Amino acid sequence: MTIKWKSYNPGEFYDELISSPGYPRKIARILTTYLASLSHEELQQRKAAVEHAIKSMGISFTVYSEAGNIDRQWPFDLVPRIIPEKEWLSTSEGLKQRQRALNCFIHDVYNGGKIFKDKILPEELIKKSKNYRKECEGMKPIHEVWAHICGTDLIRDEKGKFFVLEDNLRVPSGVSYMLENRTVTKRVFPELFENYDIQPITEYPSQLFDTLAAISPEPKDYPEVVVLTPGIYNSAYFEHSFLAQQMGCELVQGSDLVVEDDHVFMKTIDGLASVDVIYRRIDDQFLDPEVFYPDSALGVPGLMRAWLKGNVGLVNAPGAGVADDKVIYTFVPEMIKYYLGEDAILPNVPSFLCVDKKQCQHVLQNLDKLVVKPANESGGYGMLIGPHSTKKERTEFARKIKANPREYMAQPLISLSTSPVLGEHNMEPRHIDLRPFCLQGAKSYVTAGGLTRVAMIKGSYVVNSSQGGGSKDTWIVRG
Amino acid sequence: MLSSVAERVYWLGRYLERAENAARLLKVYSAMLFDLPRGTSLDWSTLIDISGSHEKYEEHYDNYDEKSVVHFLFSDSKNSNSIFASLVLARENARTSREVIPSETWEQVNALYYTVKENINPRLGRANRYKLLEEIIADSQRIEGMFVSSMSHNQAYSFIELGRKLERADMTSRLVDVGSINLIPAFSGKNEEDSLIEPYENIIWINVLRCLGGFQAYRQQVHNRVSGNLVVRFLLQDEEFPRAISFCLSALVDNLERLPNDDDVKRAVSRVKRITGEVDVESLLERGLLEFIDELQISIADIHEEISRIWFSPETIQETG
Repeated sequence: MTIKWKSYNPGEFYDELISSPGYPRKIARILTTYLASLSHEELQQRKAAVEHAIKSMGISFTVYSEAGNIDRQWPFDLVPRIIPEKEWLSTSEGLKQRQRALNCFIHDVYNGGKIFKDKILPEELIKKSKNYRKECEGMKPIHEVWAHICGTDLIRDEKGKFFVLEDNLRVPSGVSYMLENRTVTKRVFPELFENYDIQPITEYPSQLFDTLAAISPEPKDYPEVVVLTPGIYNSAYFEHSFLAQQMGCELVQGSDLVVEDDHVFMKTIDGLASVDVIYRRIDDQFLDPEVFYPDSALGVPGLMRAWLKGNVGLVNAPGAGVADDKVIYTFVPEMIKYYLGEDAILPNVPSFLCVDKKQCQHVLQNLDKLVVKPANESGGYGMLIGPHSTKKERTEFARKIKANPREYMAQPLISLSTSPVLGEHNMEPRHIDLRPFCLQGAKSYVTAGGLTRVAMIKGSYVVNSSQGGGSKDTWIVRG
Repeated sequence: MLSSVAERVYWLGRYLERAENAARLLKVYSAMLFDLPRGTSLDWSTLIDISGSHEKYEEHYDNYDEKSVVHFLFSDSKNSNSIFASLVLARENARTSREVIPSETWEQVNALYYTVKENINPRLGRANRYKLLEEIIADSQRIEGMFVSSMSHNQAYSFIELGRKLERADMTSRLVDVGSINLIPAFSGKNEEDSLIEPYENIIWINVLRCLGGFQAYRQQVHNRVSGNLVVRFLLQDEEFPRAISFCLSALVDNLERLPNDDDVKRAVSRVKRITGEVDVESLLERGLLEFIDELQISIADIHEEISRIWFSPETIQETG
């Protein structure tokens, strides 16, 4: 059975490729026509080719389960998502603006807190945050940048307008899958690249290396940059090794590093070699057992001392997560105004803070209509999706919110946009989001597009790979 | 380079070579048995002797029939040296050192792993088994070629090579052993079958050479009929054939040039060179090889101990650092 676009109906949602059944968007026409020209067998062959490519390239992620950790192949849908370049330009500017403001904010928080004195944001919200690190007070990292790498989750409403859903400033992951998705598409649909002007994304690893090298304590042509991974059992291990390989850096574990005289060294076959910059992919709390969790074997004793003395660069800086909090998120438009004197280019999803009595009242009365999120979870865990919830779940959440209002915020359920996914017999609409990756060092950089995550189950909004989500190649296309 | 990475790529080299060697052995040995008359004492248990895993085997099996021995050497999860177990470990080491090896080598190691994983089957017939073994050998050679031609010949490359060449030297020493009389009771003159097996002595040595892909090289080099002492000399002392122990040792030395603090390893290699170079092959065959092979294998294992002590163990590093 070949693809019949007339029977593809995304309903009331904004669809990335189709404006209404049988009518593809202008930018998608070459793609939709091409897909419809393939026979059922050809489509199945391409699908098999995708699976083969993913398997042979060894693109995987790890799933934790009681039966042990299983390395799973990356779920990928072969139909690309297309975003017109002119739509992307302002989005990209909006992302850079947002990251700049967030970095001003984090720097301010640890260096005097002007924003609190000017009463833009209540200080106790910060000081009570789980991600506030007292140890970082007074620290002035190079360029005053704390969150060098930011993964911002964007969604589109039913009119196709982009909103920021959340900022990931701790250890955002997914960029390797963005890069590998493109490689897979090139292998499977090489002919499409002849007819589209697609912005390349391959320069990300060199941009990342430049960003990391730029914060070396000593200026060097080739500072020693390493990627610090928790190890092969981490769900993102594939990404850690991928990025190290692409940047030509060493991939290290805590046990490969040692701190002597407040300088960081790695254990090599030549003895100890000094390390300038660490792209750490482990959480703050595990970085240094002398300062944080004392029994963490993932980190390096003395690492915080070395960083606070300015002898090593850490990316993202410890403490940057203070702005990666869904309660702080609601203040970002004000931060942009306050620090940059600009209006936010990208809007937030309207939000209600449970810590505010009036707003909390509203949340409790409308639990069946809202999405309630914990302030400091990631991976889509611990959420209540009101319209899809049971009465029992709502009662449970009401109790949790009342007990700990600072830890919760709520948003109306935004209808995520959809994009066609190749099913057994035809194209089917599935909800998606978008995670672009933004770098800030001496200069700013945003990936052309990002990682499109797909909720592979019909009607579902859960796009996280740890919960069965998939992904798509994302094209920023001229024309 | 990081000590932990050096250790991983070294084992990557060793496990790849181990899998290839086991495949060669199984392939050639099967072919050889079909050449010999029924009833010779050369049987499948010899393969277990070569792999040095008698005890482990007897824990799990009652007899040495073809099916059990092949399963044990090919895919048995209870045998940590089986072809499949070696490939699992090779893949794991490649997967965790992807930042230092070319991505196509990783993909090829990964593909080889899947080829074996998906085709292994206890009921695999002789014909399919032969095909699969050939594929393993060809893929392994392809991977080696990729390392040689697409990886920078840097320190990481040296460690892969050290692993490969050391494993290879070890395997060749085991094969010299198998061709020799110790493993074939009929040769030791204990019984009447002497006369029965004698015409087949050639076949055994030819197959030992074939196993190493060295039959042709031997003929070119030695210009002589295949005979035990000449083959043993060739496998121990030839400087040109890549699977001869002397050659492997020279390759080890070449690769040590790129590594720091290599004196102790060089000394260990020199010792093995003396052992293989100075041996009088004729008298050796008369006396029996058992003692000699033991000494050789222990001294090969010493090279590994030195490599591991100097470059892989963080304690040593902290002292020197």
